[in-house]
Amino acid sequence: MASALPVGDPAPADGRLGESALLGLRGHPLGFYVHVPFCASRCGYCDFNTYTAEELGNGVSRGSYADTVLAEIRLARNVLPASAPTVSTVFFGGGTPTLLPAEHLGLILREIGEQFGLAPDAEVTTEANPESVTPAYLSRLREAGFTRISLGMQSAVPHVLSVLDRTHRPSRALEAVAEARAAGFEHVNLDLIYGTPGETDADWQQSLDTAIAAGPDHLSAYALIVEDGTALARKVNSGAIAAPDDDVLADRYLQADDTLAAQGFRWYEVSNWARSSAAESRHNRLYWSGANWWGAGPGAHSHVGGVRWWNVKHPTRYTAALDAGRSPAAGRETLSRRAMLTERLMLEVRMRDGLDLATLPESASRQAEQCVTWGLADRGAVYNGRLVLTQRGRLLADAVVRDLLDVL
Amino acid sequence: MPAIPSPPGDTPPGRIRNFSIIAHIDHGKSTLADQMLRLTGVVDARQARAQYLDRMDIERERGITIKSQNVRMPWRSKADGTDYTLHMIDTPGHVDFTYEVSRSLAACEGAVLLVDAAQGIEAQTLANLYLALENDLQIIPVLNKIDLPAAQPDLYAAELAHIIGCEPDDVLRVSAKTGQGVEELLDVICRVVPAPVGDADVQARAMIFDSVYDIYRGVITYVRVIDGKITPRQKIKMMSTGATHELLEVGVISPEPVPSQGLGVGEVGYLITGVKDVRQSKVGDTVTDAAKPATQALGGYRDPNPMVYSGLFPIDGSDFPLLRDALDRLRLNDAALVYEPESSGALGFGFRCGFLGLLHLEITRDRLEREFGLDLISTAPNVVNRVVLEDGREFVVTNPSDWPSGQKIAEIHEPVVKAMVIAPSEYIGAIMELCQNRRGNLMGMDYLSETRVELRYTLPLGEIIFDFFDALKSRTRGYASLDYEEAGEQAAELVKVDILLQGEPVDAFSAIVHKDKAYAYGTMMTTKLRELIPRQQFEVPIQAAIGSRVIARESIRAIRKDVLAKCYGGDITRKRKLLEKQKEGKKRMKMVGRVEVPQEAFIAALSTSESPESAKK
Ligand SMILES: Nc1nc2c(ncn2[C@@H]2O[C@H](COP(=O)(O)OP(=O)(O)O)[C@@H](O)[C@H]2O)c(=O)[nH]1
Ligand SMILES: C[S@@+](CC[C@H](N)C(=O)[O-])C[C@H]1O[C@@H](n2cnc3c(N)ncnc32)[C@H](O)[C@@H]1O
Ligand code: SF4
Ligand SMILES: [Mg+2]
Repeated sequence: MASALPVGDPAPADGRLGESALLGLRGHPLGFYVHVPFCASRCGYCDFNTYTAEELGNGVSRGSYADTVLAEIRLARNVLPASAPTVSTVFFGGGTPTLLPAEHLGLILREIGEQFGLAPDAEVTTEANPESVTPAYLSRLREAGFTRISLGMQSAVPHVLSVLDRTHRPSRALEAVAEARAAGFEHVNLDLIYGTPGETDADWQQSLDTAIAAGPDHLSAYALIVEDGTALARKVNSGAIAAPDDDVLADRYLQADDTLAAQGFRWYEVSNWARSSAAESRHNRLYWSGANWWGAGPGAHSHVGGVRWWNVKHPTRYTAALDAGRSPAAGRETLSRRAMLTERLMLEVRMRDGLDLATLPESASRQAEQCVTWGLADRGAVYNGRLVLTQRGRLLADAVVRDLLDVL
Repeated sequence: MPAIPSPPGDTPPGRIRNFSIIAHIDHGKSTLADQMLRLTGVVDARQARAQYLDRMDIERERGITIKSQNVRMPWRSKADGTDYTLHMIDTPGHVDFTYEVSRSLAACEGAVLLVDAAQGIEAQTLANLYLALENDLQIIPVLNKIDLPAAQPDLYAAELAHIIGCEPDDVLRVSAKTGQGVEELLDVICRVVPAPVGDADVQARAMIFDSVYDIYRGVITYVRVIDGKITPRQKIKMMSTGATHELLEVGVISPEPVPSQGLGVGEVGYLITGVKDVRQSKVGDTVTDAAKPATQALGGYRDPNPMVYSGLFPIDGSDFPLLRDALDRLRLNDAALVYEPESSGALGFGFRCGFLGLLHLEITRDRLEREFGLDLISTAPNVVNRVVLEDGREFVVTNPSDWPSGQKIAEIHEPVVKAMVIAPSEYIGAIMELCQNRRGNLMGMDYLSETRVELRYTLPLGEIIFDFFDALKSRTRGYASLDYEEAGEQAAELVKVDILLQGEPVDAFSAIVHKDKAYAYGTMMTTKLRELIPRQQFEVPIQAAIGSRVIARESIRAIRKDVLAKCYGGDITRKRKLLEKQKEGKKRMKMVGRVEVPQEAFIAALSTSESPESAKK
């Protein structure tokens, strides 16, 4: 089951944005996210907005999906003014974008470039399941302009992959990295999940070592979250399998951070590590720094100048809206000052660059000093006006944010 | 032929019979009273509402009588053909109101001792029987529910005969439900209960045995006239305070209030003076004529004396004014309820309240929540201890916070009670062990029959309000019954145990306990709190201490992970909402130093399973 959309205000049929939101386009990079809501099969832990062919039935065909997205890109062109910046990052996520023919992804990317202009050094990423790509496919992606690929490896251990309902062989992720390198991808990421029921410290170490040995320049490691409504949640609720334990998750995180640091990966966000600053995902940074992006596709979220909106979730409704010439937006919210502050703290505290204390009231600095005495924030950084979390602090980031909000 | 009612104020004392019914809960008192109302024609079958006499909701639910009703009934005896006036005086039905019961009994010349023929007598009934005997009442032993197949009338008739010292044949057998034997019972009452004796020609004296606040009429005072006469518009005087009031109305209950021209010697009825607070009409006080006052008050008056204290705090701090208004309202009808504002570091603003006993506390709390919609936390109940310091100063401690810690204590006195337990004899060992454990002294033991025994103990009240009744019930598989009454004080080695979170004492958890129990209390609270308080960002030591000496410790391990580590892509709104929800949760926390303690933890830590026996009759 896919997670629910937020409750917000209604969005206008033409997707129009107010003056003040459009003003917010200035001085920030503009990104594009393209959601592809298809998967070959559903993983038991996953609540992303995605559908198997069986679940979709005859309503929406993968073959015509790209056309519908093109329609939304043209709608975006009408909503955003000519003065909008050129697009600096594009990210195809899912679902499994690589279930579409590489040419279709290329068409969408080309339309974005034609409508908005693509910066010469644009970062263009797609997510991919290791088993969904071939050398030929990867070459076609490179030809179409993709610069980065993010592979859902999750684990190198068979029994862990099996609990996660992953269908690829443990070695497939490594092959896929090599194939991507061979096809000319400069930037390759692997996604890992830790804390899966049954996973041992040694299993996790094996996954980390294997992932590093594959030679990516970026790694994401996520604690397994039991999302409501998923098959995993049902198994946990019925007692068939044990829920991940927070102390174990904490241990695994430390294990990951220590291993990765020793191998030359530096954390730049709580769950993300990169070999160099050039290897950090600029598109992710854009999400976390209050910049603007247009999210196309069912259930995709967008942000422009303090207005967030999200599209209808179901591909059928999404397609119907665009076929009728209407915006597929389901709702939107105009962020209050307080909400902006909350989001800023929540996102910036998680980053290596940390939170700029100079732009906040004095009480934030005092709280930051408290965090230093509690061992949660880096002393030197706070001294220099930034709240940067220590390793222990990263594991308690949400608590740090709540405490900060209490004094602001 | 029905009796001809005689006019109130003009009834010859020789034709009056005043009695009450002593019974354990569920032995059938209300049913018997209903049956009497029907047979005497006071209530006809049509208007008879089941259990006419129990009015309050809580009473109905708990099956106990908190405020009594008193009814006048005419009855023509089948035995002698004479018309009598019967006053049935109800007794409040629970363990905390022994004093009120004694006043109700003092207003009678006779008592029906009503016992379920399938169950036998219970401790509270026996205790009230002793009270009745102290008041020289004529006892009429009656077995009820003889229609039940499980009834064992012969067995229990022998038991009753043994207790009272009569013949088993003298024990009447009735069914309140079918009415069998009830007419005979009424005739026996007329025959054996002595007529009231008094002097009609001297200054008026009437004893207040109950006092009830009514929103329309103000306080309704129930009296039994001993001497002289009470008339409407008379100016009366309360002898304990000297306060005078004009009588707006005088009347009898039959079964609704009926105004009358007065009340004469031996009669029972009500007075209305327009006062708004039952404290101005105290149970046990003597009413006299303000113009020609009696010189000597009737004996037995006493001020209500709170025995058990507890702090009541609104869970939502902004409900404090509401709680104050609610207490003010309850107080109008509860002369025994005392309270004063209190502020607790942990629980905020509330009231320290004094009660007659645990059940009084429970009922009051119940009513505050039910009738006034309040959500309350109550601190563990404590008794009143007297602490004498070496320098001679003396403290009466009603709140553990007021304990003179750090001072040189010469002696401590704690209240004790005389307790009576009735149970099947196979449980003697278990009961003795429990009472021993609770620092009890065995004062005597009697076999009521071959299989049932009565044990008499003196026990510290502080031990009884701590879970005693539950412990007794569980050790006797529910068969034991308990009654107790205050019996002075004794020297005791008590200490104050503080509970500290991260080194900070939490006042709501402090308790005064015997030094031999301090360790047990300390371990119980620290383990409980370790389970109840969620993990924090740092390790939280929990300690129990006497003064600066730590007697028990636990610790809550620091939480290590409080971060969402998953990619939500652009769905920032979802992440923010999660955080805002967590912040909402934080609002419901009380801060103790740096430790966040959920309200629920306070409630759970302070809730004890203890509950006094809910009723006695
Ligand atoms: N079979 C039978 N049941 C009775 C009799 N008297 C009372 N009861 C039942 O016993 C229960 C308790 O009676 P009640 O009058 O409320 O007892 P109270 O608590 O003493 O006032 C009720 O269910 C009555 O119906 C009786 O004589 N025979
Ligand atoms: C949009 S998802 C899926 C991308 C791609 N379909 C795949 O599975 O490889 C991106 C990443 O989120 C992570 N993820 C998904 N569900 C998760 C969960 N319940 N708990 C932790 N991580 C999760 C997985 O690591 C996944 O690779
Ligand atoms: S393949 Fe990826 S997007 Fe699809 S169900 Fe599995 S985790 Fe979710
Ligand atoms: Mg009753």
